[in-house]
Amino acid sequence: MTSPEQISAAPARPRTDAAPLLDVRGLGISFAGPDKRISVVRDVTFSVAPGECVGLVGESGCGKTVTGLALMGLLPVHGSRFEGQLLLDGEDLLTLSEAQWRKRRGRRLGMIFQEPMSALDPVFTIGEQIGETLRTHFRISRREARDRAIEALEAVGISEPVRRHDAYPHELSGGMRQRAMIAMAISCEPALLIADEPTTALDVTVQAQITDVLGELSARSGMAMLFISHDLGLVSQTCSRIVTMYAGEVVEMGETDDVLLKPRHPYTSGLLRSLPSFTQRKGRLPSIPGRVPRPGDFPETCRFQDRCAHSREGCLTRQHLLRVGEQRFSRCHRSEDLDLPGVLS
Amino acid sequence: MNMQLVRFLGWRAVQVLPVLAMATLAIFGLIQLVPGDPAATIAGEYATAENIEAIRRDLGLDRPLWEQYGTWLWNALQGDLSNSLLTGLPVLDEVARRLPPTLFIAVFALLISICIGVPLGILAATRADSALDRFVTSVASLGVAVPNFWLGMIFVSIFALGFGWFPTTGARPISEDFWGAVHHAALPAATLATAGIAEIARQLRSSLIEVLQSQYVRTLRAKGLSPARILWKHGLRNAALTLLTVIGLVFNHTLGATVATEAVFAIPGAGSMIVNAAINKDFPVLQGAVFVLVLIVISMNLIIDLLYTVLDPRVKKD
Repeated sequence: MTSPEQISAAPARPRTDAAPLLDVRGLGISFAGPDKRISVVRDVTFSVAPGECVGLVGESGCGKTVTGLALMGLLPVHGSRFEGQLLLDGEDLLTLSEAQWRKRRGRRLGMIFQEPMSALDPVFTIGEQIGETLRTHFRISRREARDRAIEALEAVGISEPVRRHDAYPHELSGGMRQRAMIAMAISCEPALLIADEPTTALDVTVQAQITDVLGELSARSGMAMLFISHDLGLVSQTCSRIVTMYAGEVVEMGETDDVLLKPRHPYTSGLLRSLPSFTQRKGRLPSIPGRVPRPGDFPETCRFQDRCAHSREGCLTRQHLLRVGEQRFSRCHRSEDLDLPGVLS
Repeated sequence: MNMQLVRFLGWRAVQVLPVLAMATLAIFGLIQLVPGDPAATIAGEYATAENIEAIRRDLGLDRPLWEQYGTWLWNALQGDLSNSLLTGLPVLDEVARRLPPTLFIAVFALLISICIGVPLGILAATRADSALDRFVTSVASLGVAVPNFWLGMIFVSIFALGFGWFPTTGARPISEDFWGAVHHAALPAATLATAGIAEIARQLRSSLIEVLQSQYVRTLRAKGLSPARILWKHGLRNAALTLLTVIGLVFNHTLGATVATEAVFAIPGAGSMIVNAAINKDFPVLQGAVFVLVLIVISMNLIIDLLYTVLDPRVKKD
């Protein structure tokens, strides 16, 4: 394809061979603000194939978490407005009633959160909390729930799962708690696990372990995963595809290796260049000047334009997500003529 | 576990002593500031200065203050609350006679506070920012602010004098006539309970709202739990920790508020005993009553602490 093709109207289908498990089409989310509606996320389009690991990256405040919560139907009912479609197995989640949502949450869709300490109920044992998920979705006895909870704890690499089953969250280390969270989220074998910054609150050594556990689980059980993180390095280790978000929009999408080698959007390139692990030079790390605009202050130009070193006059209009290659999409006006540095160049 | 419990109780018993000493010392110090002389009261209108002096010596009122207090405390810790300056009767007997009606209306009031305050708090929290919530919140603020002796008089004029549903004054001994005692205690207990209901409803509401907005409730929703299950199982279980603290505070506060309420309803309880002793500067009676009330408050706090170790797994058992 030589000329960029506008795809925001048509769904971006990364893999034509497999029907996507999750297909997000033109998702827009706005909240009721004090005097006007504030658009938080706009025109978000991406998909996740069964068993696939997709990374959703960007700085904080770019709409990753809101997108994740929208996929779970966990945004406040009052004041939130949605556009587009959230297709899970071809069924639009945005049309579901709350009762229908509840049957899918924890069953077809699992989610784990950033803070494993505050995300677990402090007054119940972790086994009780895992068993509760199972008993919500399956008609099983307490005994059976206990056995399956222990199995789930074993699956996430918790040693002495029988003893840990009866431990309270405060009796476990941060890494253990996050493992328990994962065990809870995967206990009903969901088709898609949404992991929102699952390692950010943890020690560096534990981060790698948790990432490994997630990767293993996905590979072993064929569970798809949406890995939300600000850390491109971490995401690139687990995910086969990367979706970059900036200021509430998807700005780049592609296979992990392609994106690392040759980013097609200056923002992704900037994120890659600011990773310490990939930079060989000594001295200051290159960083992206400025900060993400706040929702409500998003410019009607290319949203990255004012922080971009490559911006030209042509960048002062809004851009759509363009197909720039096989499985590659970019929202940059200049994606065709820029040769942006990746991490391996 | 049992050994731990014994050690816990033992340690608490040791902590009680300074609290008791401080409370009674404060009372002793304050009563010295009150004008009047018990010896002069006893001696009567036509007593000579020598008569009064003789009585002072008899009662030990001529000794230094620290000695008077020290002797009293030493005896009190051995279970001897000494005798009333005015009547010469043992204080312990008097307290034992006057305490039951006071405890009865305080416990009655606490039960009313819990039975009405808890449902109101839950209703307000689950419908946060609705008209009902605003109503409960504003009535609760009013309930905390209204002085209970005034409220007592209003209740008397409406329910006792107006409708004639309840007796205006007095009390019945619980041991002889339980339902009569309940009937007599209903108005004073309702008066005392107003502040308790308000406090429990307010605190439970805010604690429950905090719990329902917490990260772990988001996790519970992500697991597919229904709002009802989240509220009744996880919400209340977590808010119960705050509720427990509030119930302890409300009980202690209610016990203190009985003083004014007993005056309004003419109940021969510990509250009115304290008032009379203070007027007559009868410090053994006053200190004896305070001593016993402090013991009750401390026991209540101990019970609350013990319940904490049961309800909150984060509280270490040792």
